[in-house]
Amino acid sequence: MSRFVLSRLLQGAVVVFSVVVVVFIITRLVGDPVRVMLPLEATAAQRALFEAQLGLDRPIVEQFIRYVRDVAVFDFGDSLWQRRPVMDIILERAPSTLLLTFSAISLALILAVPLGVLAALKPEGLVDRIVVFVSLIGLSVPQFWLGLLFIVFFALYLGWLPTSGSGGFRYLILPALTLALPAMARILMVVRSTMIDELNTQYVKTCRAKGISSMRIVWVHAMRNAMVPIFTLAGWELIRALSGYTVVVESVFAWPGLGLTAIQAIERQDLILLQAIVFLTAIMVVVLNILFDIVYKLIDPRIDMAAR
Amino acid sequence: MDGPQTELGAPLNDDKGKPDASSTLVPMGLMADTHLWSDLKSDKLAMIGLLFLVALLLSAAFAAFLSPYDPAAQNIIARLKPPMWMEGGSGLHVLGTDHLGRDVMSRLLHGTRVSLLVGVGTVLLAGGFGVFIGLVSGYRGGRVDAFLVAVIDTNVAFPGLLLALLILAVIGPSTTTVIVVLALNGWMVYARMTRGIVLSMRATPFIEAAEVIGCRPGRVLWKHILPNLTAPLLTLATLEFARIVLAEAALSFLGLGIQPPATSWGLDVAQGKEYMFRAWWLVTLPGLAIALTVLAINLVASWLRVTSDPVEREKRYARRFLRKQRLSVKSQAKQP
Repeated sequence: MSRFVLSRLLQGAVVVFSVVVVVFIITRLVGDPVRVMLPLEATAAQRALFEAQLGLDRPIVEQFIRYVRDVAVFDFGDSLWQRRPVMDIILERAPSTLLLTFSAISLALILAVPLGVLAALKPEGLVDRIVVFVSLIGLSVPQFWLGLLFIVFFALYLGWLPTSGSGGFRYLILPALTLALPAMARILMVVRSTMIDELNTQYVKTCRAKGISSMRIVWVHAMRNAMVPIFTLAGWELIRALSGYTVVVESVFAWPGLGLTAIQAIERQDLILLQAIVFLTAIMVVVLNILFDIVYKLIDPRIDMAAR
Repeated sequence: MDGPQTELGAPLNDDKGKPDASSTLVPMGLMADTHLWSDLKSDKLAMIGLLFLVALLLSAAFAAFLSPYDPAAQNIIARLKPPMWMEGGSGLHVLGTDHLGRDVMSRLLHGTRVSLLVGVGTVLLAGGFGVFIGLVSGYRGGRVDAFLVAVIDTNVAFPGLLLALLILAVIGPSTTTVIVVLALNGWMVYARMTRGIVLSMRATPFIEAAEVIGCRPGRVLWKHILPNLTAPLLTLATLEFARIVLAEAALSFLGLGIQPPATSWGLDVAQGKEYMFRAWWLVTLPGLAIALTVLAINLVASWLRVTSDPVEREKRYARRFLRKQRLSVKSQAKQP
């Protein structure tokens, strides 16, 4: 087990280092940070001063070594937009994003599991067809549009919930629901297909022959085996949401998380803040990936860690 | 990976072992299937989806003829006109006008072009690159394979959308950059799937036979392995197409995709957002266009997935057969 954790940590380190390299290449070599960050009317002297401040006038190898050294101690410098350390802004905003993604994926699981099981009880029956079609719609609707429709319907027409912003549970409902819907549709499809397969196995037939109630077969016997793919996907959905898919939902609902901050950084041409967000998100994704791998091992002892 | 895609992890083709099939470039399991048309007709939803996509393709091709106005032409006198069936609407602007007096229908028709262009462009670019990497990785094996797999795994673990935003912010958004960025984000799925299939096929007798009679690697890959990839790749490409239409709309909505004066459905939703409460059609109609397009693609994809996967097909036919039997038993029981 410890060997497995160690090798996964090493893999994670490779990913994080590659992200650092890629971000460095994009910001320093592909694009011109001075052109992006300074206004058009800046004079040549101002540009030169700005370059010197950021160390952009040094040789590229030296720049890279400095960059890696700063990143290693999480020192990204000051944000151009807010004139304070980038890390402060990120630590302030990150909890909102984590809260939003965790609630959205929990909501998706809570909705998807019973519906998926219901559909799997009678494959190609009426209920199944309706559930599958509705989840196909959930997969096809653009999130930003769904969010806007929710605002119009629940906030303006019915007046039940606030339109946007943050400040308590009521503000969380609509963004979480919007973020949850496509994830729910994908999880539902997997719940349905694994459940259909499980219910066709020999052990389930044995259970039926023994006279165990259908409820008990589904929720106690089959669910135990179906849980691994379901949780694998849920974990993957969480990572997917964290790695950038909250951006759209956060900007529609003005939810003050990392995604909204990324968009604000782009609008204010603050590359320093933006690249720090990308880098820290990469670390979060890597850490969660490793955690989930360990959790799967605990859920299902059949998974052979050495082979993965 | 998306739900439906995970099931493509190890797709095996039923004609895999047939030597005659491998000597042609006909996509096996699809075109060779004479029941394809009747199969499609039995799935009404997929049929509707396909017809909708054909209509979209036509309206994209003839957007200039079909749209009554120039999509960028402003008309301040006719601002925020509602669709013709509403009070205050007129036949001049069937779907109303936006805050600058631009005709919504013309904009929707021209937006079709952008969505389809970005979708097809990205699928071709990402698919071409991904399949190439997958073929090389699976066929060469050894160190090359280990290296390429590491590259793929690392790429999958990247925070894709955020990196895309960073690239777009640095380089500046345009149709080309959107296609490139989305392709950078999506080639790994093709590579993984191709590699998986190539690995499982290398062990089959007909590939071994081709190698033994002295076919060069290029010929083995192109003539013998690639045809067997057609069906699963087609399904994957369709699903990815749906994902990319959504991604392009989202990027354009955020202001990092297609830039004015070009039109895009996502861009139209973003511009209509400010007038959402006075003019609902500005947000609703382009959003509906995106949703219906993606739904149509998804319907076709889910039909393709079942049709091109023999295991899924067997399951489906077994279920239908059982249901028919049950029905006939029931009706017989009623008769006496």
